[in-house]
Amino acid sequence: MSDHALLRVEGLTVGFNTEQGPVRVTEDVSFELKAGHTLGLVGESGCGKSVTAQTIMRLLPSPPSRIDAGRILFEGKDLATASQREMQKIRGDRIGMVFQEPMTSLNPTLRIGEQIAEPLMLHRGMTRAKADEEVVKVLKQVGIGNAERRLLQYPHELSGGLRQRVMIAIAIICKPQLLIADEPTTALDVTIQAQIMELLKALQKELGLAVLLITHDLGMVAEMCETIAVMYAGRIVETGRTADVFARPHHPYTHGLLNSSPRRAKKGERLPSIPGLVPPPGARGTGCSFAARCPNVLERCRAEAPPLIPQGNDAAACWNPMP
Amino acid sequence: MTALLEARGLSKFFPARDGKGLVRAVNDVSLSLAPGETLGIVGESGCGKSTLARMLMRLIEPSEGKVLLEGEDLLSLAKGAMRQRRRDIQIVFQDPYASLDPRMSIAQIIAEPLDIHGIGTKAERAAKVKDLIDLVGLDPSAASRYPHEFSGGQRQRIGIARAIALEPKLVVLDEPVSALDVSIQSQILNLLDDLKSRLRLSYIFISHDLSVVQHVSDRVAVMYLGRIVEEGPAEAVLGAPRHPYTQALMSAIPEIDPTRRKSHQLLPGDPPNPENIPSGCPFHPRCPIAQDICRTEPPAFRTAGASRARCHFAGET
Ligand SMILES: Nc1ncnc2c1ncn2[C@@H]1O[C@H](COP(=O)(O)OP(=O)(O)OP(=O)(O)O)[C@@H](O)[C@H]1O
Ligand SMILES: Nc1ncnc2c1ncn2[C@@H]1O[C@H](COP(=O)(O)OP(=O)(O)OP(=O)(O)O)[C@@H](O)[C@H]1O
Ligand code: SF4
Ligand code: SF4
Ligand SMILES: [Mg+2]
Ligand SMILES: [Mg+2]
Repeated sequence: MSDHALLRVEGLTVGFNTEQGPVRVTEDVSFELKAGHTLGLVGESGCGKSVTAQTIMRLLPSPPSRIDAGRILFEGKDLATASQREMQKIRGDRIGMVFQEPMTSLNPTLRIGEQIAEPLMLHRGMTRAKADEEVVKVLKQVGIGNAERRLLQYPHELSGGLRQRVMIAIAIICKPQLLIADEPTTALDVTIQAQIMELLKALQKELGLAVLLITHDLGMVAEMCETIAVMYAGRIVETGRTADVFARPHHPYTHGLLNSSPRRAKKGERLPSIPGLVPPPGARGTGCSFAARCPNVLERCRAEAPPLIPQGNDAAACWNPMP
Repeated sequence: MTALLEARGLSKFFPARDGKGLVRAVNDVSLSLAPGETLGIVGESGCGKSTLARMLMRLIEPSEGKVLLEGEDLLSLAKGAMRQRRRDIQIVFQDPYASLDPRMSIAQIIAEPLDIHGIGTKAERAAKVKDLIDLVGLDPSAASRYPHEFSGGQRQRIGIARAIALEPKLVVLDEPVSALDVSIQSQILNLLDDLKSRLRLSYIFISHDLSVVQHVSDRVAVMYLGRIVEEGPAEAVLGAPRHPYTQALMSAIPEIDPTRRKSHQLLPGDPPNPENIPSGCPFHPRCPIAQDICRTEPPAFRTAGASRARCHFAGET
């Protein structure tokens, strides 16, 4: 089964050299994504979602970042050990990327048309004229009307929603196998969020894209992703089919997270909340890093970090899971 | 009963960047808040929520309209009298990183409003700060530390402690939990709820997150392009919205519960810019049910029960 995985991340452990010495930010992260499928990676700020995504793409400068352990198998090749030249061939061609803040990833001095055409010229050796034909097509695909006029505009002339559509156009123009979308709608308004979400769903079907969606919006995962991986303090603490995990979370953190959403609470009632704070990297201690906030904590939890253990239909890293 | 706070025909026009036109950031807004109530204000970025909040506190002067606090016209007050009155209305800002002075200790930050208003003796103020730190759920050791040592959620607690230091009647919360993670959000929402009943506060709660607003509000006002387009009891406005814009907002929320999942009604286009407000009903370029009349005639409020919606066809869909 795993042989059909398009992307398989195994035991990925990433650290940074900092002024205070080395810190681990992700620990033993493993998941897989099959061709044409969608995986939602969720978790709170600082848990290591972006570091994981950027490590897959090998976008983090090293130093200060280091891959301390693990493999990133994409179409059978280990990206963890690939050279930057090899990565340049893969990025934007086999794997497309969309980030939270389109303004920081678009080049402010280049017209939209040039930026969308660039991957085709780079990876397919197309002329600009040939590439432009494709650009007009892809703009239509991402729902940008008035293509001829838009091509000549600069990023600052576009709204946030349009800029995100441009980012998506750049990400898919070479027809990648995998799209990594890191908080693609977080910076956008609700009605624009819904537009972009529907666009991603449609493209995923149309192009048979595999999507790794990073978000902290559980609703978005529920609607877009077949499988989910929940991260806490640098580790995957629960993973499985989204429907199963949401119907019956086994990890106390997933359970708390789902319950604390005001969507589920009755009006006027106190929200069930998780006490305390997420420990920062370097202060996660030995044992389970959720122990200080966990209602189910056992003695063992403080001594020994739990591995992912199958629980019902999914898997949770917990010594004393929810029933 | 007199309203605690009332806004009548409030507008704020800024000069546009090009120096020619006007930015109609807030346009003819009237609303009223009863003592003990929470009024939620929702709407997309740039619709005028923060500008409205600042006018209600007279942090900026309205271009038109009135603000009445317990029947008293705030705009007619001279500087000194206004400063006194400001004790009754405090604000908590969205960004817990930018809103606290990095050079001041937490005790100094929380004590500042007490110092400014010359409340109590030095010892009494110090005791009050200690109580406030405790009340918002921070560790006593926080007093001597500085903002950069705290997480976003903790900084928001500090901002809240400062806002309630003068025992105000009304606290304006401008996106108080938007920058926080879900598990921390719920802690802060619970804290706000506790403080409200303990100190008998009233809230104006600004947010673009409809599930949060739905949870905390008694009444809700929905803004679009500087205007209130729908307003009324929270259950009515968010539970059975009558304005097509509110309907679209509710429908855009991704749903966790598969049994409640619905298809999203997508609005075309972007929220337009307040420098260039469409004719007739300002929502018509994006409205799924717009008719000819909508392009020319600005709709007035239509009321149904305790709620009102500014749409020619409100309640007919
Ligand atoms: N260059 C760096 N040097 C040291 N630590 C870093 C560096 N980049 C990231 N980190 C740390 O790694 C941890 C994980 O960061 P990451 O950006 O992956 O979080 P995230 O899950 O994407 O959070 P968010 O939801 O806020 O985007 C954080 O604690 C962050 O401070
Ligand atoms: N001092 C100013 N000068 C000119 N225009 C302004 C000024 N302050 C606000 N505006 C404009 O007024 C409009 C309303 O802004 P406001 O900050 O009130 O919106 P908001 O609803 O709070 O948005 P957000 O959700 O992004 O906080 C925006 O178009 C903004 O650009
Ligand atoms: S391992 Fe222990 S502390 Fe960690 S989540 Fe499970 S029960 Fe809680
Ligand atoms: S007045 Fe017309 S355009 Fe405006 S919301 Fe109602 S139906 Fe839509
Ligand atoms: Mg991130
Ligand atoms: Mg604002």
